[in-house]
Amino acid sequence: MATTVLHPAAPTYRSGLYDWITTTDHKKIGILYIVNSFIFFFIGGILAMLVRSELAFPGLQILSDQTYNEVFTMHATMMIFLFVIPMLAGFGNYVMPLQIGAPDMAFPRINALSFWMLPLGGFLILLGFVTGGTAAAGWTSYSPLAQDRPLGSTGSGQDLWIVGLTLVGTSSILGAVNFLVTIFKMRAPGMTLFRMPLLTWTVLVTAVLVLLATPVFTSAVIMLFIDRNLGGSFFDPANGGDAILYQNVFWFYSHPAVYVMILIAMGTVSEILPVFSRKPLFGYKAFVFATVAIGALGFSVWAHHMFTTGAVYLPFFSLMTFLIAVPTGVKFFNWIFTMWRGQIRVATPLLFAIGFLTMFLIGGINGAFSASVPVDFALHDTYFVVAHLHYVLFGGSVFGIMAGLYYWFPKMTGRMLNETLGKIQFVLMFIGFNMTFFPMHELGLSGMPRRIADYSSTAGWNDLNLVATIGGFTIAASMVPLLWNVFLSLRSGAIAGDDPWEGNTLEWATTSPPPPYNFDRLPEIRSERPVFDARHGPKSHALTTTDEH
Amino acid sequence: MTTDEHALATTEHNPVAGLSHDSTGGISNVVLGMLLFLTSEVMFFAGLFAAYFSVRAHSPLWPPLNPETSEAFHVEILPLVGPATVLLILSSFTCQFAVWGIRRGDRVAFVRNIAVTFVIGITFLVMQAIDYAALGSEGLTLASGPYGTTYFTLTGFHGAHVFGGVVMLGVVLYRGMSGQFSARHHDAVEAASLYWHFVDVVWILLFSLLYLLPGKTPQG
Repeated sequence: MATTVLHPAAPTYRSGLYDWITTTDHKKIGILYIVNSFIFFFIGGILAMLVRSELAFPGLQILSDQTYNEVFTMHATMMIFLFVIPMLAGFGNYVMPLQIGAPDMAFPRINALSFWMLPLGGFLILLGFVTGGTAAAGWTSYSPLAQDRPLGSTGSGQDLWIVGLTLVGTSSILGAVNFLVTIFKMRAPGMTLFRMPLLTWTVLVTAVLVLLATPVFTSAVIMLFIDRNLGGSFFDPANGGDAILYQNVFWFYSHPAVYVMILIAMGTVSEILPVFSRKPLFGYKAFVFATVAIGALGFSVWAHHMFTTGAVYLPFFSLMTFLIAVPTGVKFFNWIFTMWRGQIRVATPLLFAIGFLTMFLIGGINGAFSASVPVDFALHDTYFVVAHLHYVLFGGSVFGIMAGLYYWFPKMTGRMLNETLGKIQFVLMFIGFNMTFFPMHELGLSGMPRRIADYSSTAGWNDLNLVATIGGFTIAASMVPLLWNVFLSLRSGAIAGDDPWEGNTLEWATTSPPPPYNFDRLPEIRSERPVFDARHGPKSHALTTTDEH
Repeated sequence: MTTDEHALATTEHNPVAGLSHDSTGGISNVVLGMLLFLTSEVMFFAGLFAAYFSVRAHSPLWPPLNPETSEAFHVEILPLVGPATVLLILSSFTCQFAVWGIRRGDRVAFVRNIAVTFVIGITFLVMQAIDYAALGSEGLTLASGPYGTTYFTLTGFHGAHVFGGVVMLGVVLYRGMSGQFSARHHDAVEAASLYWHFVDVVWILLFSLLYLLPGKTPQG
């Protein structure tokens, strides 16, 4: 039997589309993740504009009550499950194997499977719009609201939501297994755990969270499915079930999911700040331990979403929630002292990273408000909570995503994005974001509940709602310079070269875009900044690929 | 420097060739992947078990009486469930014998033991189906209140995992019979065996919970 030895660079021709559909290259799959996530981001964004349009003035203008419920449910579902989580997984997919000097993920075909479940899941969830109504019980789908009975969620949309999210969850779990095996088994020689770049560390902790939390969510929605379709009685008190049980199993996943949505963004910012401050990250190990601590504490705070149920032990969950502020505060020290006395280069990735720092800080502070039990009793289910969650998920995650996009776009495409358009986008987004969500604090404090389509014109909420709506459309407008920028750059952008930002980590040691097998040669790895060492250190004895074997 | 030493050094230090496979020894990618996947499976069943305990705690009487006959449902260890449990536990042993066999390179012992494990798996599923039919004819179904819902969901998802395991064992058996495994290359066998042990352990927990844990009365 003949033995065929394939050189890693063996060229195989496949047509463009077929190549993208069948690819198992982690970089192409990463780009697929990112593009797919942006498509769902725009769908979720249009839904958000519908919500803001309806709330601009009192009264029902464009949506009915039922449609409004569907729209805000789909908005949150798209943004959480099909934008932020997979977008960050996309960065992990593209960048992490490069950062640890691996040729690909550990299981490339499972990687492709993980990706392709996402568009299918998203499609099923949205399919409700043409089958008589999507899920409408909020992204939390509390029981008995989400049960199939009068005043509940009676359509097939809720079932499509369950099936779609089961697919998305399975995709996350398989992805997490893949990330973990890759990180534990595929690191280049010399890449010890404490030399791993911070994005890789946050991918590692995120994958552990996904692995332990997502299956519980899957079990929760499957039990909901059994209740709705097979006559089960898990969550419906009318049938002897336990409604609080659903909230427990749901939040056991969905609170760690908050960290799934922020840790990789924190990792991204921690890659960008050192590069644009021309300094190493201040307190590398402290940052790593803080990340691990956030992941671990993240499993003991879920019931702070359930303070007002009266069914959870308030002091414990309140204390644990406050404790999360400690490792998060450590990270703020890391970030601020990384920039302190650095040679700051004000480029778009840095602007978005600073946007992340400031906005996420506000989200952390108003989160600490809500962690206090008596305050939470007053604020529960008001717009204050909406303000808080958008300051962490938009001000945090989305600003982090934009920072990462501007930072790694040259690596992914080989071309630079335009700085002027990038700064215009940042200014529009920053102003629009604060116009939209800052007034929501005040609305919440004055008692406006979440998830209402209409409000009294005499409640005193008119002006702030109008401001929020104008802000919302400003955010939407900020997407125009982004899309134009990407279009221009792909058509005629400046050539990026291997290392346009003078980066520290291994993804900058290869070409832009990298070859399918990632590296022709790797620099020696003697610290967490191998590319910095190779650039500034004594002439390194770089290892090259030999063709003798 | 001899030629052999040089070749070894190249493999170890070649940044590309050294990475595509695990060169440092230790657990293989496939086995580690399966262990991590099983971790997520543990959490999935943890969610279902949590639901069981919660629903049970909210019920005044457990197990509840059959509303038609006012007697207890016949969820009993004999004649089917006990023997099925013994069989499933035995199958973990035969599965492990198969793994030990292929680690020694003994393909005959390996194929025989996997075949026995595979047959036991199918037998377990058949016995479970017969038991389900008997309970159904008594009126205990997924839709007959919290007891039926939790009973059939827990055992049903376990059964689905047994089915998955049987499929894996079938693939391993087929590949083993066509000689694809050896003492050095049998990651799939190790992984399938881990999965099968997991399925077995879940059943032991489920059996203890559903058949051995005393019920509760309104006073207790």
